[in-house]
Amino acid sequence: MTVPVLEVDRLVVDVLVEGEPRTVLHEVSLSLGEGEALGLVGESGSGKSMTARAVARLLPPGARTSGTIRYGGHDVRTLKGGALRDYRGDVALVFQDPRAHVNPVRRIGDFMTEALRTLHGVDKHTAAKRAAAALADVGIADGERRLEQYPHELSGGLLQRVVIATMLLTEPKLLLADEPTTALDVTTQAEVMAILDELRQERGMALLFITHDLDLAGAVCDRTAVMYAGQIVETRESAKLHEDPLHPYTAALVTARPAVDRAVDRLAAIPGRSVSAFEAPDGCPFAPRCPHAVDACHQERPPAEYVDGGLVRCIRADELRGRLAEEVAFHD
Amino acid sequence: MTEEPVLRVTGLRREFGGVVAVDGVDFEIPRGGSLAIVGESGSGKSTVANMVVGLCAPTAGTITACGRDRSRPARSAKERRLRGREVQIVFQDPYASLDPRHCAEQTLDEVLRLHRADDGKQQRQARVAELGDLVGLDARQMRARPRALSGGQRQRIAIARALAAEPEVIILDESVAALDVLVQAQVLNLLADIRERTGVSYLLISHDLGVVRQITDETVVMRRGRIIERGPTADVLAHPRQPYTQVLRDSVPHAGWKPTRALRALTEGAQPS
Ligand SMILES: Nc1ncnc2c1ncn2[C@@H]1O[C@H](COP(=O)(O)OP(=O)(O)OP(=O)(O)O)[C@@H](O)[C@H]1O
Ligand SMILES: Nc1ncnc2c1ncn2[C@@H]1O[C@H](COP(=O)(O)OP(=O)(O)OP(=O)(O)O)[C@@H](O)[C@H]1O
Ligand code: SF4
Ligand SMILES: [Mg+2]
Ligand SMILES: [Mg+2]
Repeated sequence: MTVPVLEVDRLVVDVLVEGEPRTVLHEVSLSLGEGEALGLVGESGSGKSMTARAVARLLPPGARTSGTIRYGGHDVRTLKGGALRDYRGDVALVFQDPRAHVNPVRRIGDFMTEALRTLHGVDKHTAAKRAAAALADVGIADGERRLEQYPHELSGGLLQRVVIATMLLTEPKLLLADEPTTALDVTTQAEVMAILDELRQERGMALLFITHDLDLAGAVCDRTAVMYAGQIVETRESAKLHEDPLHPYTAALVTARPAVDRAVDRLAAIPGRSVSAFEAPDGCPFAPRCPHAVDACHQERPPAEYVDGGLVRCIRADELRGRLAEEVAFHD
Repeated sequence: MTEEPVLRVTGLRREFGGVVAVDGVDFEIPRGGSLAIVGESGSGKSTVANMVVGLCAPTAGTITACGRDRSRPARSAKERRLRGREVQIVFQDPYASLDPRHCAEQTLDEVLRLHRADDGKQQRQARVAELGDLVGLDARQMRARPRALSGGQRQRIAIARALAAEPEVIILDESVAALDVLVQAQVLNLLADIRERTGVSYLLISHDLGVVRQITDETVVMRRGRIIERGPTADVLAHPRQPYTQVLRDSVPHAGWKPTRALRALTEGAQPS
């Protein structure tokens, strides 16, 4: 791997839930090199968005953190003033709902060029030209006409591409994409994903890609981290997660998905639901739902261990390895 | 003689202002069958669903459920009740469609009062408990407000509510789309069990072709208000004939899949042949 652009080390985040501090991230560690894409996959409440928000310095008021988030040799958690502004210039965010980004009563052109004009001092005419060119980059041909339109005149897919084009105008070094295609059609999703992937490769941009779809993450990410209850339970090369998962939760995610090419009598559905870090029991947070749990799993939180070039938090990872591979192979 | 289908729509059309949202749609579902409608955003899927359930009147065409015509709005409360026993719908977001002040027991009891007016309190209570069991909600969850439940649990309430009227057809409009994969798998298994046990039919609307493959027998593909392809689900997904259906299929992420821009461009150009 190249020099890491972003390095998160044992990040713990507590936020106020009904006025009480509650842990939502527990010792999250990840690193991201230049031009590298890392997937962050997990179910609702597992802490994916909180991880992105911590990196973007957008945690809710009253949040407390420990551990480090290192970017360009500095701990992001303590950046102030000009250094924080510079950092914000390097990092771009794309969310699930493009309409949450834009002001409905302003034209697309004004939205797209605002940062360029106010932060970078680019004149209006040049900014508009660059905006139109950025739209062409994301496959929107009649950019000049689009700049005159209002958000409601654009479909969700088109607007999401506008948001991505806007982020790219300021040439970010790190893109945090939080479920950017969840609200889109599958065909539009494929296009937006292709665009993100191309831009990352062409510009050497690092990408943290959040999704609940393991297959989607695998399509554009070299490595994928799987989250459960506020911690990363497995980080591997994306392809390996499907073939040779090390954590029972990863295997469960793979086998629960219905396949397009065949129906099964019953889907492998483990009971229960995903929980937030603060709702998880002591010991392994997955233990209440884990088909492989033994008494020892309920004792202590499994530490992160290196296995096969990846990281896993399961005390039985070594012994389960072949069995989990069989479970997912049976699914294919 | 073949049995009368549980649902038949013919020549269904709906215009909004000058825009034709649904254009000459025909399909039928045999008793106990399960049909999927797939297609891109805006192709008219939900408009079809809303017409079938009676939330929106067709501009033209007919809808027959259980042998009774329901093409025009119901004129009386009695007629509405009768129709409620034929077709029910479950939406994507159960939160928006559940009364935040009522727990599952109250929600179900209300439906039972309407549809099983002759039942006494005890019979209703027994039926509520039965419905709770059927969708896998425990006693505590049955007494909790929707706010205190997870998305999967709320969706189970919405399914139980649809079942409470004992309809012949349940429309599932993106009903599992918002659920986490593991919970989605539970709900899909539940839907398969219910169909097996009660003989209910499904009209499923979904963007997720894996879900479509898992719980439907037949599929119709809609594009710009029309049906462009139809057949057994396994065939349509394995051997799509229309270029658009091929693109739809190829856009589904799977292990080893690579997204391409060309796909989308193809759909713009892909016309039904
Ligand atoms: N503003 C907030 N204040 C307090 N707690 C929050 C806030 N936002 C999220 N949480 C809690 O933090 C935990 C992690 O939430 P997060 O949004 O990171 O989940 P996620 O993995 O992104 O889930 P999803 O897939 O639903 O988006 C959850 O328990 C959530 O309820
Ligand atoms: N109440 C309405 N008033 C005006 N136009 C409408 C109305 N409802 C739907 N339409 C239009 O009808 C067309 C079909 O919409 P519909 O909601 O049926 O699509 P869909 O296939 O369900 O899409 P999605 O996958 O996004 O849910 C769209 O062009 C939509 O804008
Ligand atoms: S530590 Fe135990 S409970 Fe946790 S994932 Fe491993 S086997 Fe399952
Ligand atoms: Mg999130
Ligand atoms: Mg719809």
